[in-house]
Amino acid sequence: MAALKVYNFMGIRKYAVIFSALLLTVSAWSLYSQGLVLGLDFSGGTQIEVGYDSPADVGALREKLENSGFKNPVVVHFGSETDVLIRLQGEPDQKLAEQMVEVLKTDGQEIDLRRVDFVGPQIGEELREDGGLGMLAALAVVMLYVAVRFQLKFSVGAVLALAHDVIITLGIFSLARFEFDLTVLAAILAVVGYSLNDTIVVSDRIRENFRKIRKASPIEVINESLSQTLWRTINTSATTMLVLLALFFIGGELIHNFAIALMIGVGIGTYSSIYVAATVMLALNVDREDLLETVEGELVDDLP
Amino acid sequence: MLNKFPLWKNLMILLVITFGFVYAAPNFYPADAAVQLSGQSGAMVIDESVLAKIEGALDEGGIEYFGSESDGESALVRIADKNLQLRAKEVIQAEMGGDYIVALNLAPTTPQWLSNLGGTPMKLGLDLSGGVHFLLEVDLDSALAVRLEGDLDDIKESLREERVRYRSFELRGRQIIGQFRDADQVEKANTIIRTNYRDMQPLNAPGQNPLSIVLNLSEAATSLLEDNAIKQNLTSLRNRVNELGVSEPLVSRQGKNRIVVELPGVQDTAEAKRIIGKTANLEFRLESDGRGGERFDFRNPAGQGPDAMLEKKAVITGENVTDARASFDENGRPQVSITLDSKGGWQMGHSTRDNIGRRLGVLFIEYKTKLEKSIDETGELVITSVPFVERNIISLATVQSQLGKQFRITGLDGQRESSELALLLRAGALAAPMYIVEERTIGPSLGADNIEMGVKSVTVGMAMVLLFMVVIYRAFGLAANVALTMNLLLLVGFMSLLGATLTLPGIAGIVLTVGMAVDANVLIFSRIREERKLGATVQGAISAGYDRAFVSILDANITTLIVALILFLIGSGPVQGFAVTLSIGILTSMFTSIVMTRGLVNLVVGGRKIDKLWI
Repeated sequence: MAALKVYNFMGIRKYAVIFSALLLTVSAWSLYSQGLVLGLDFSGGTQIEVGYDSPADVGALREKLENSGFKNPVVVHFGSETDVLIRLQGEPDQKLAEQMVEVLKTDGQEIDLRRVDFVGPQIGEELREDGGLGMLAALAVVMLYVAVRFQLKFSVGAVLALAHDVIITLGIFSLARFEFDLTVLAAILAVVGYSLNDTIVVSDRIRENFRKIRKASPIEVINESLSQTLWRTINTSATTMLVLLALFFIGGELIHNFAIALMIGVGIGTYSSIYVAATVMLALNVDREDLLETVEGELVDDLP
Repeated sequence: MLNKFPLWKNLMILLVITFGFVYAAPNFYPADAAVQLSGQSGAMVIDESVLAKIEGALDEGGIEYFGSESDGESALVRIADKNLQLRAKEVIQAEMGGDYIVALNLAPTTPQWLSNLGGTPMKLGLDLSGGVHFLLEVDLDSALAVRLEGDLDDIKESLREERVRYRSFELRGRQIIGQFRDADQVEKANTIIRTNYRDMQPLNAPGQNPLSIVLNLSEAATSLLEDNAIKQNLTSLRNRVNELGVSEPLVSRQGKNRIVVELPGVQDTAEAKRIIGKTANLEFRLESDGRGGERFDFRNPAGQGPDAMLEKKAVITGENVTDARASFDENGRPQVSITLDSKGGWQMGHSTRDNIGRRLGVLFIEYKTKLEKSIDETGELVITSVPFVERNIISLATVQSQLGKQFRITGLDGQRESSELALLLRAGALAAPMYIVEERTIGPSLGADNIEMGVKSVTVGMAMVLLFMVVIYRAFGLAANVALTMNLLLLVGFMSLLGATLTLPGIAGIVLTVGMAVDANVLIFSRIREERKLGATVQGAISAGYDRAFVSILDANITTLIVALILFLIGSGPVQGFAVTLSIGILTSMFTSIVMTRGLVNLVVGGRKIDKLWI
């Protein structure tokens, strides 16, 4: 039987570092300078979704609302030509929705009020805080678990890979001006789960190989491990992408952004589980010694 | 023997599969559109005669129905044509009148044997069923301010009665601050406050002006006040929501000062908001002395009689009532203690001083709507909703002595009556104001669309994954596909059994689970392939593949589970729905992809001599 082909993943890690650094810089810059387009869940405000029988002219609707005294209404098509989403940001008055419908009904057109969302400003603020807090909590708990189950260097690698994925996904959302709402937050946390899953599987193999292959440099061990898990990484990403495509195309407008966030995240996560976690481990001089200690159950750090 | 499961393991797999089938099954029986009827109070009996009346009304309205049933407390009629459900509700409401609550409902068609086993279909979240979600915030600060103002008035009055002289006494923020001219008066005032106002806590800050008194409401009293304010609002909200005729309304407290109201299936939000926002009121009126007056019915006619005449002028209204509590008197008989604010106390004292021996009635005033039938000029039956005010006497008791700020209503029949009376009094009193801080309305058409899209994306996503697995892993892919299907079944079964609510993000969670659940199998199969490449025998490769992949799968899934848990803890409604499906999915997928596929593989290839693996 032919032995498994070993790819020299780590040989191009310099380029991977540059690539990641570039993505991270652009993401951080975008997040810092223009931030995220916050959805109603986080920004607070009033939004209604209405259905028309025939394609609706959003420009005319916007003008009509403005003429009736609504300030800066956002009027966009939602999913189809006949569905319209109208949003008023930051107004703490929950009667607005009814008033908007009244105005829209004035020209006698039949409209179907499909959805009304009113989120008070304090709720939006709480959700923002809770979301950020949850993200940090997730990273902290995961870091602890990996540190206990594996080793600190693995844990640093895993958490940096996660942070990498989350920042870049958020960065792309910020750059592309996609809307960030509660479902996207859930998607980002799912990305954390997914990317972690990937990284753990790879780490697991690296740990196993460090113990098994004695005469090999860390780079060789990591390359071999990555090559062994390559097909699994690709296949799992493929099945996940398949279902995400299904969600993206037929899941409907409400989970559109959820699917986008996950697709970006799964893509970046697949890349990061190969390049980021392992590169960080190498940068931290991961070695057989790190793992043998845990194997023998000794609780001594850094033996000379 | 390599790759053979002991009998108990195979039996366990069978058992789990059966379990999945049984508890997932109720979801496959489509629910019937139905109308449910229940009484405004629990004492009303709803039996065959009521049912006959309903059926008569439906016959008259030309609405086809079937499977009507009643269990003494409520009646349910299934409507043949779903589009006539709303109409049926109106017809029944108009026939039965305002004493009954008529609600739209979806009657499950779960077969008897399944429901005997505890099988129920999954509940649908508002984004799937359509309906309204309100988050209300109770303004506890203003409840506290009202209480402190009352206390301030009372303290001033007590001091005046005891001839303690103060320079000023006023409310500043959450503190009552009194200024005095000499230390002697401060001492006296402190004594009075300590004995009569135990809820007030004097603050002795260093550097405080010795000629002043600073009072805070004690922490225990504050939290009792807040708790009562929330409970009172919860109670009145529940009463009002009942009137909306919603089959499964949810009214519950969330956090310190918020209340969630979820009304599935409600279409008219304006109506819902109006009813939720309205208040009940109270009036205390003396019984008429025979010279004019108004006649009112008793709320509970079984008590003191059908009706009574009360004077036209109210002594005080609900605004003056600060608290009402059910308790027991010295002899252990039930009573209700009522506390008024000082203005109310003064008026009550003034009015009762010369009327000892007369009876004092309490009127409970509710703002309701009713449906009325009429025939229009074309002969069509028209049903219109008419708002009206209902005034009922909830208590009529003899005045034994001059009443003041605090008095009791005695002579009640039992504890149930006293607590009900206290509840009504509180509901009619001015509760802490509430504001809607979040509102989400999902139209029924959007809900139906969401279900359709959700089901479609699960189906398509699943089909693609199934195909992919067979193409890549052939025979083993088939085993994984069986496991994946079982996983979906188990997931649905568990969610139904746990009473989890299915939401759109929940469906997304299911779809994601489908994609990620195969990961374990991908891991195992890749490992088996590797072992084969390294020259292991068929049976050895299978065994090693499963064993070695297990650690990775476990670690990977536990970490994902941690993330899902955090998601659940920080998230609200929709995010939690996603977290729940994700967590259950992780657990069921571990079972199906490890144990179940192994069982299948063992069954087919275990213990045989095979040279080639279709993997």
